Amino acid sequence: MLRLEKRPTPSRFWTAATPVLAVLLTMIAGGLLFMILGKDPFAAIRTIFWDPLFNEQFASYSRPQLLVKSGPLILIAIGLSLGFRAGIWNIGAEGQYIIGALCGAGVGLALYPMDAWFIFPLMVIAGALGGLLWAMIPALLKTHFRTNEILVSLLLVYVAEQLLASMALGLMRNPEGGGFPGSRNLQQYPSASNPELIAGTGMHWGIVAAFIAVIASYVLLNRHLLGFQIRLTGQSPRAARFAGVNPNALILFCLGTSGVLAGLAGLFEIAGPAGQVSIDFNQGYGFTAIIVAFLGRLNPIGILLAGLLMGLTYIGGDLAQFMLGLPAAAIQAFQGMLLFFLLGVDVLSNFRIRIGKTEAA
Amino acid sequence: MDLSAINPLVLIASLMVASTPILLAALGELVVEKAGVLNLGVEGMMITGAICGFAIAVETDNPALGFVAAMAGGAILSLIFGVMTQVLLSNQVASGLALTLFGLGLSALMGQGYVGIKPPATHDLNFGPLADIPVLGPVLFSHDAVVYISLALVVAVWAVLKFTRLGLILRAVGENHDAAHALGYKVVRIRILAIMFGGACAGLGGAYISLIRVPQWTEGMTAGAGWIALAIVVFASWKPVRVLIGAYLFGGITVLQLNLQAAGVAIPVEYLSMSPYLITILVLVIMSADRSRAALNAPASLGRVFHASS
Repeated sequence: MLRLEKRPTPSRFWTAATPVLAVLLTMIAGGLLFMILGKDPFAAIRTIFWDPLFNEQFASYSRPQLLVKSGPLILIAIGLSLGFRAGIWNIGAEGQYIIGALCGAGVGLALYPMDAWFIFPLMVIAGALGGLLWAMIPALLKTHFRTNEILVSLLLVYVAEQLLASMALGLMRNPEGGGFPGSRNLQQYPSASNPELIAGTGMHWGIVAAFIAVIASYVLLNRHLLGFQIRLTGQSPRAARFAGVNPNALILFCLGTSGVLAGLAGLFEIAGPAGQVSIDFNQGYGFTAIIVAFLGRLNPIGILLAGLLMGLTYIGGDLAQFMLGLPAAAIQAFQGMLLFFLLGVDVLSNFRIRIGKTEAA
Repeated sequence: MDLSAINPLVLIASLMVASTPILLAALGELVVEKAGVLNLGVEGMMITGAICGFAIAVETDNPALGFVAAMAGGAILSLIFGVMTQVLLSNQVASGLALTLFGLGLSALMGQGYVGIKPPATHDLNFGPLADIPVLGPVLFSHDAVVYISLALVVAVWAVLKFTRLGLILRAVGENHDAAHALGYKVVRIRILAIMFGGACAGLGGAYISLIRVPQWTEGMTAGAGWIALAIVVFASWKPVRVLIGAYLFGGITVLQLNLQAAGVAIPVEYLSMSPYLITILVLVIMSADRSRAALNAPASLGRVFHASS
């Protein structure tokens, strides 16, 4: 009989090793899935994880894409990880991402065709405020009415999607677009665009922001009292109350920060790679970022690596779709599987597996 | 705008159809939460049930088989969650989210060959002359079997939880798993069975959307119904009859806004479409603002990990 024995403290070795193990298991299970779909599993795994970076033919195009896809994931996941550590579950980052993008793009479109240096910074502020606003709804409802933040933040995603549709088809529609849905393209409006900073790298302001967020969150969690309070609340809410942590302030801070970061991610995406407000500019980054946060063990450095890996599966998935005819949904199932394996093998870091019957106590 | 085109009888009849998927999923989740497990994967199980049921119904040309397959699909998917949270002791919130993300991807993958196909029609039950009774006929006696099954399930869940030994054990496990374990009940086994029941109910609800309500298959077609089902369990303060009220209230709003859209009310379509979600949030706020009610009725062990140390 196998039996689990709780470790006094999580194993350091397994805490670091489980994400790697989970990725390997996902590759095996994903390979089986691709085989069932009638594709060569080895070719599929190589196309997803290897070719985007090292294939001579595609790498020059897809390598810069790595930063473009990973940037928003890292930015959102950093925000989410603060709340997840404290047991505050914001799973509506997708909605905050959309609203941030809409607010930011709204400022840019309203000022069109003015040419001034302050337009882009103004859009950044508007994007951050938009995300903050959307995240404050579940936060304030939780602090004032104890409403479950999981459900409210998630339901607000659907509201945000309807708002996006309304904006893309109505208020923000390009007046010179010949009746097509979608706004003016911000990439063609220099004062409002978020350009590639270093040619050929995919680096834009959003990725700069992501790196800053990683560093800031590392400092916050390891060197600041607030970071200690976040970690304490996650491990023992009761102990945290005795230690003088104000739970409501923590809820506002965690949800607010994740909202700001998700809103920023949305703004940088819409002013940069996406370019225009359209019905489907959001690519589910807000949901994938949840996987990134867990894969990175809610640790800033881990999230950076996990975000890069997850960004890779996006590009690799596109490539596999194009090269092998692998359906787009397969990569989505693949990402979901990764989260499962990760949570499953986590048992190894918190428990010891013992073989044999329980000895008499 | 022509509001007179909205017929109240048809409205009530279509309200019952619109509510059934959420009612089924919420009832399943109610049983799961009564056993002390919070499964946030309802959306994933519903959409998987929707495609399983749709695929089998199309292949066999038999909607009844489709519904059975949907229940099996939902239950099998929920078993992953059961093993994750009960055997491998992982966090229930994160595992539930994983279930939803995985279910959405898996269903999109399975449904690739089924886009744009019409499923075999499910016929309404024939009550003979009863259906011709004015007012009551079209409202009560003009539906398909699943609507009646869902109503019967409300009564069954209520009766089992309130009057039977099985219900007592289930509640004991949900209120205090350590005490239940000390009494010799198999906490893990009972919870896994409850989770699978919830999965089957969610799967059936999902198939109701793809086979009857819409009826066709599109990716992500459950559009948050699973999350609304979760909200309705909170709204109902974990009571089956209130789940019925909550689901029908929500179904009523959905149908009403669709009718208003069709009648050409001067409110933009998108704002009408977001109204069910906004009203769900509003209702959640009202319910949770009442401190005594929310705290008293939630199962005490909800969401806590059970690990038998001896």
